[in-house]
Amino acid sequence: MPYSADLDIRVTDSSLRDGSHAKQHQFTVEHVRSIVAALDDAGVPVIEVTHGDGLGGSSFNYGFSHTPEQELIKAAVKTAKRAKIAFLMLPGLGVQDDIREAAGNGAAVCRIATHCTEADISVQHFGLARDLGLETVGFLMMAHSQPPEVLAKQARIMADAGCQCVYVVDSAGALIMEQTGDRIAALVAELGPDAQVGFHGHENLGLGVANSVLAVRAGALQIDGSTRRFGAGAGNTPVEAFAAVAGKLGIRTGIDILKIIDAAEDVVRPIMDGECLLDRLSLTMGYAGVYSSFLKHADRQARKYGVSGAEILIEAGRRKLVGGQEDQLIEIAVALAGKREKA
Amino acid sequence: MTKATAAIVGSGNIGTDLMYKLLRSDLIEPRWMIGVDPDSPGLKRAEAHGLIASAEGADWLLAQDERPDIVFEATSAYIHKVNAPKYQALGIQAVDLTPAALGPAVVPAVNLGAHLDAPNVSLITCGGQATIPVVHAVSRVAEVAYAEIVASVASPSAGPGTRANIDEFTKTTSRGIETIGGARRGKAIIILNPAEPPMLMQDTVFCSIPEDADRDAVAASVHDVVASVASYVPGYRLRAAPQFDDPTPVSGGLARVAVFLEVEGAGDFLPPYSGNLDIMTAAATKVGEGFAQRVVSERA
Repeated sequence: MPYSADLDIRVTDSSLRDGSHAKQHQFTVEHVRSIVAALDDAGVPVIEVTHGDGLGGSSFNYGFSHTPEQELIKAAVKTAKRAKIAFLMLPGLGVQDDIREAAGNGAAVCRIATHCTEADISVQHFGLARDLGLETVGFLMMAHSQPPEVLAKQARIMADAGCQCVYVVDSAGALIMEQTGDRIAALVAELGPDAQVGFHGHENLGLGVANSVLAVRAGALQIDGSTRRFGAGAGNTPVEAFAAVAGKLGIRTGIDILKIIDAAEDVVRPIMDGECLLDRLSLTMGYAGVYSSFLKHADRQARKYGVSGAEILIEAGRRKLVGGQEDQLIEIAVALAGKREKA
Repeated sequence: MTKATAAIVGSGNIGTDLMYKLLRSDLIEPRWMIGVDPDSPGLKRAEAHGLIASAEGADWLLAQDERPDIVFEATSAYIHKVNAPKYQALGIQAVDLTPAALGPAVVPAVNLGAHLDAPNVSLITCGGQATIPVVHAVSRVAEVAYAEIVASVASPSAGPGTRANIDEFTKTTSRGIETIGGARRGKAIIILNPAEPPMLMQDTVFCSIPEDADRDAVAASVHDVVASVASYVPGYRLRAAPQFDDPTPVSGGLARVAVFLEVEGAGDFLPPYSGNLDIMTAAATKVGEGFAQRVVSERA
């Protein structure tokens, strides 16, 4: 079953949400207008705009936003001619009033993320989003850390709460090929006609596009990416490359390949502070299974305390930190600095 | 010396852990354990420790000839809202461990003395009990325009009530950071971590401070308050010295102090990793003892 009469799958671009991590949450209304206009013109059907950590993410722990995210959402809604504007929220960080405000500002898709074993904290929020008439997507984050059958049970909790598409979210960029396909297949089998299944990939092991293709083959109907990889860690599945690959495989995404290639080069790249690279720290994240948005935080603490960023990330992996525990990276850096002084 | 008598309403994990703490108290005699399910293991355990156990709810308790001086409620916000007026009508002081937030909020290390004659006090949330003392410690020596806390809790110690209504945690805790902690604006974040073996409760407190604040005074005040909380929550401690940061764009242009806490439970009934639950029952005991002192001295 294709996604719709015109599309085999639907792509959501997360440059203006996951890219917020790479930009250290300093997006302006002008950045949003430029990127939304270019992606919309290229036929990207959904564009996500929020602080990297979702609604309410502007904070000491995750970094304060340059411009309030609700202003960015308003600008995106105003700019988009065809694309739907999506937002992300994490229960425990954002609250239901944030969802109401985003809906009031014209966003159409509510994406609610929990760690992949904690889906039951999202039940209230899915209920509210549906009541508000929003389309709903659920994120099971750090999906590499649990086997397919556990993820399928958690996906069922979200679907029963009103989620219309549950994503396997490879927050650490740690899934490898069949591991992606097996997880998607388990969700498809569990959810059947009750909800769609999606995949959100990162490039920390260089597998964003390949994992996304396997996800589609296993039955995923929605795929996330970020144009020019603009995202956390080594970045997200590059939308322009995925669209090109999908085109060659005969998978209809509705995205104009040449236009998205130009948008990546001419519009998105100039807004990025630097390319999202598969360098030492981001590869360490994929290898150690660490949440991608820890990258900039680990880098900052490493510089402040004069310790190794890679060691901070490895310790974060050893402690099995989940998304949102950025505060712990400071304490790890302090502990590493203390150890070094004793040595 | 005579003790004040107490009933625990709610025979679940928290009520049971609280019972063990009250059994050790010099000021409180836990005499009743009230539940609603005759098969509740909490009721059987209470009976084995000599308490009067009933599965017929708070109404049964209030219909007895002899009634408690103090009631500890560990049911749900909904049930506490129904029961609270009944306790008050009979002059029974209530310590509320649910998120109902009917009475004034109390954090023993900060404002226990202010509400000893209140008919009902609220213990806010576990994250509030752990972090508000630190916000208070900073705000009493430097202006705190904004304070933010991150509570990381082991998944198995977050019950279905917390999970079904997680916004209640963030909202109630944020309010407490402002009203009791003394921050002009507060924000609370809760993270559930499923790591095995389960992690101890960890809390981080970020407070904005003026750039020229006396950092030594801030650190000293934090150390004092941590010692004061540890006097009634023995497993409450700092994981690192307070860390200071100069303003940057990512910090919203604010200078800040970051304080890293850990709460290891006493293991009375709940496992030690459930520091989030232990700090609630320990704070409830401390507040109850404040009430009891008053009850006993009035009786004398």
